[in-house]
Amino acid sequence: MLRYATNRILLMIPTLLGVAVLVFFMLRIVPGDIVEIKLRGDGGTVTQETIELERKRLGLDRPLINQFGTWMVDMARLDFGNSMWTERPVVTEIAGRFELSFQVAIMATIIAILLAVPMGTAAALFRGTWIDYTVRLITIGGLSIPSFWFGMIIMLTLLSLFNWLPPITFTPIYVDPIANLTQLIWPALAVGYRYCAVVARMIRSSLLEVMNEDYIRTARAKGVYEKLVVSRHALRNALLPAITVIGLEFTFLIGGLVVTEQVFNLNGIGQLFVQSVSRNDFTLIQGMVMLIAAFYVFVNLAIDLLYAVFDPRIRYNS
Amino acid sequence: MTVVEADSAVRNPPHAQPVAVPLLQVEDLHTQFHTSRGIVRAVEGVSFSVDRGEVVAIVGESGSGKSVTALSIMRLLPRLTGKIPQGRVTFDGKNLLDLGDEEMRAIRGRDISMIFQEPMTSLNPILTIGLQIKEPLLIHLGMTEEQAQERAIELLHLVGITDPARRLDQYPHQFSGGMRQRVMIAIGLACNPKLIIADEPTTALDVTIQAQILELMKNLSRKLNIALIIITHNLGVVARYADRVIVMYAARVAEQGPAEQLFHRPRHPYTMGLLRSVPRLDHPRGSKLETIEGLPPNLANVTKACRFAPRCPFKIAICEQEPPLYPTDTGSLSRCHRHAEIAEGKITWSTHSGAGLNFAANTEAPVLTVKHLTKHFAVSGGLRGTSGTVRAVQDVSFDIFPGETLGLVGESGCGKTTVGRLILRLEEPSEGEIHFEGVNLSTASAAQLKTMRRKVQVIFQDPYSSLNPRMTVGQIIGEPLHVYKIVNGRKQNEERVAYLLENVGLRPEMAERYPHQLSGGQRQRVGIARALAMEPSFIVCDEAVSALDVSIQGQIINLLEELQRKFRLAYLFIAHDLAVVRHISARVVVMYFGRVMEVADRDVIYSGSLHPYTKVLLDAAPVPDPTIEKQREPRLIKGELPSHMAPPNGCVFNTRCPMASQECREVIPPLEEKRPGHFAACIKV
Repeated sequence: MLRYATNRILLMIPTLLGVAVLVFFMLRIVPGDIVEIKLRGDGGTVTQETIELERKRLGLDRPLINQFGTWMVDMARLDFGNSMWTERPVVTEIAGRFELSFQVAIMATIIAILLAVPMGTAAALFRGTWIDYTVRLITIGGLSIPSFWFGMIIMLTLLSLFNWLPPITFTPIYVDPIANLTQLIWPALAVGYRYCAVVARMIRSSLLEVMNEDYIRTARAKGVYEKLVVSRHALRNALLPAITVIGLEFTFLIGGLVVTEQVFNLNGIGQLFVQSVSRNDFTLIQGMVMLIAAFYVFVNLAIDLLYAVFDPRIRYNS
Repeated sequence: MTVVEADSAVRNPPHAQPVAVPLLQVEDLHTQFHTSRGIVRAVEGVSFSVDRGEVVAIVGESGSGKSVTALSIMRLLPRLTGKIPQGRVTFDGKNLLDLGDEEMRAIRGRDISMIFQEPMTSLNPILTIGLQIKEPLLIHLGMTEEQAQERAIELLHLVGITDPARRLDQYPHQFSGGMRQRVMIAIGLACNPKLIIADEPTTALDVTIQAQILELMKNLSRKLNIALIIITHNLGVVARYADRVIVMYAARVAEQGPAEQLFHRPRHPYTMGLLRSVPRLDHPRGSKLETIEGLPPNLANVTKACRFAPRCPFKIAICEQEPPLYPTDTGSLSRCHRHAEIAEGKITWSTHSGAGLNFAANTEAPVLTVKHLTKHFAVSGGLRGTSGTVRAVQDVSFDIFPGETLGLVGESGCGKTTVGRLILRLEEPSEGEIHFEGVNLSTASAAQLKTMRRKVQVIFQDPYSSLNPRMTVGQIIGEPLHVYKIVNGRKQNEERVAYLLENVGLRPEMAERYPHQLSGGQRQRVGIARALAMEPSFIVCDEAVSALDVSIQGQIINLLEELQRKFRLAYLFIAHDLAVVRHISARVVVMYFGRVMEVADRDVIYSGSLHPYTKVLLDAAPVPDPTIEKQREPRLIKGELPSHMAPPNGCVFNTRCPMASQECREVIPPLEEKRPGHFAACIKV
């Protein structure tokens, strides 16, 4: 297992290298120039000379391959450079935002799992009854209602009932947990609804399948209590495919919540992404893409390892 | 071990007189399935009883209601669709059908346990074997964890699993099929039940393993005085193990009685027909297999007439009314109006008088020659885990002549299917040559290969999954005709499809149907028609009849033989059923663990085999005759197939061979001609 994990982590290097090449050269193809936007963006008149000077200062005049090389060498030293726009280190720019996005993702996952497991299980066990139909109605809603719209509904409800508006600044959880949670629970709920719908439907269908397996019949023939048949024999098997879905959704939440963040006035990774792309802030975009790619690979590895924990048939070292 | 005996002795004192009341009494049981297409009456009016310690077999073809009967007794029918509108199941003085869910749960696994057909899927893959064995002990007997652990070790020991303490912590995937079935038996025995219902317990297993498992079950049931209901379609198994037999046909009992009587003096035409249709190892081979023509009725709409009447050659006017179960002269019960005439010997099935296959010595060039065929598969586990080679096929050579059938037998994992795939060029051989009609396939040009692909065809085992469900029969058969431009235009294609369907005994209108609208036998006929469409000279039949019921199996084998004569086809007939192979083949190749063990003419293989493996294989297969079977002590082959990752040194069979010596562990025996035309790979013969 350890060897497998090490191998997988080593395999991240070529994966991330591929990502780096792609993002670097694709950004250079996209029209637009940070210096132009920075200096002429507000309609200001700047001489071509000043622009050239600024480009030179940012190193944008050097051959592409040269720039790429420098970036690679810096990254190898874990130096992600400075934002071309704000001049602050990329790491500092990302860190605060990441903290927020990560917390929302974690909270949404917890909400989703807490809701999805009982809902999916009940729907499968009472298939074809009103319980099943209710769950299916709720989950189809989760899939078809966009998170940001649901978020807006939550906001408006909170506003009209409690006259509550989201604070403008973000309070980290270690500073004031209550303030932090009251701020983030709503976006987490808005995103978690969709998330839970996906997972609940997955659990329902896989549990339906598992309940028809021969080993469930065996368990019943042994005289195992029906509750135990479900919880020990069926549910554990049925949760395996749900783990994959949970992992995929979780990674999506980091950086994928552009509009929802806007609705709740959150300064998350999604917002930063939009901002930096509209400014052509190469170093920042590159840094964020690399970070998300690395995160994605890590979460996937974690899922695969989790699989081995749940399913004894999967053993990575033999 | 002592605990087991002590416990059962208390419950069933060894010297007590047999109790007058049977342990289980099923009376007038009706089971229905309410499906979207109407009510299917899967079991209708079935009555039988089982005494303490008795072995009762329920036989019948698929869909006859034998498994549903068992599930009804256990009350394990699908909840939404399965209903029991009528009947009584009295077990130990209680009507099981009246019990509440909780009371019934307390009986399952405690007093009645059940062993299922598929050992590969009947154990929970993510729970340890230990937990799965201990579960009933903890639930029913209220044992502590330590007591249960001790008893589980004892049970594994009882069913012949070595190193039980360590194996308790393992998961099902770490056990072979035979071992898993032993675990299932251990679970069944856990609480010392009074009755075990085994639903096709060995159907998924090889013959040598089947013999081990059945002997084990029989011995344990004798020793612990447990009554046993064996549900099976294998008449050989019934003959060997059953005291009494219940023959089911189309949801009803056709005949029931003591095993000896039923086999030697059957009093129902269906039983008679069934016994005749089984190809037998202990009888001289007939020219043509006897069959029961036609198909069982559809249970969704049955008439008032005798259910077997449409297939019965002795049908008379009175058969328009359903017969009751008549008591007969032999003491068995028969659902036939004419049982008395059968008893007087006035009614017998006529035998086929068709000309036998003529296996004259072939002087022509062989259609297919296989020389030193070898196939190794590289396997690796995980990313940089252990890797190795599986020697699936090692140094296999044989010839097949035009119009001849070569039988290829062996247990699962022996490489017989791989040989078939290599010949079809679905796999590339690692070494060796295949010559088809004189052309070496490894050096053949693209055009030659294309011809070969046309002239070499295949019939697969599973008639359910080998036909595309979204194509009509006409499209399935017509597609290759189109691809190879054998016909021009739609009209010609349709004519050709109709001709092919007629050749395999189907009506041309069948071309409009979809596979799911056909029965298993009909689908297999479609598979044969598809193969014939290419005008092949050679067909690989990979377990072509093993998924079919006995009466249907005979029909298909006869069809294959008829087509062979008509079109001078050569067959490679791959199968695990020795009796079937013997019937159809001219020569037989016996494989074990990738190697050829013995090659000989069919009669020689069955009457004068030399290789110990062939002998063991022949010995392990029970024949449908209770007198012979009950006298015979099985020469039980020990152990299981070795792991492909760690093949044995020397002779591959030495780990299980009764004759093996030190020498066998050192030398790989070559395939030698021991007698003219009779080859064996064994240094001891």
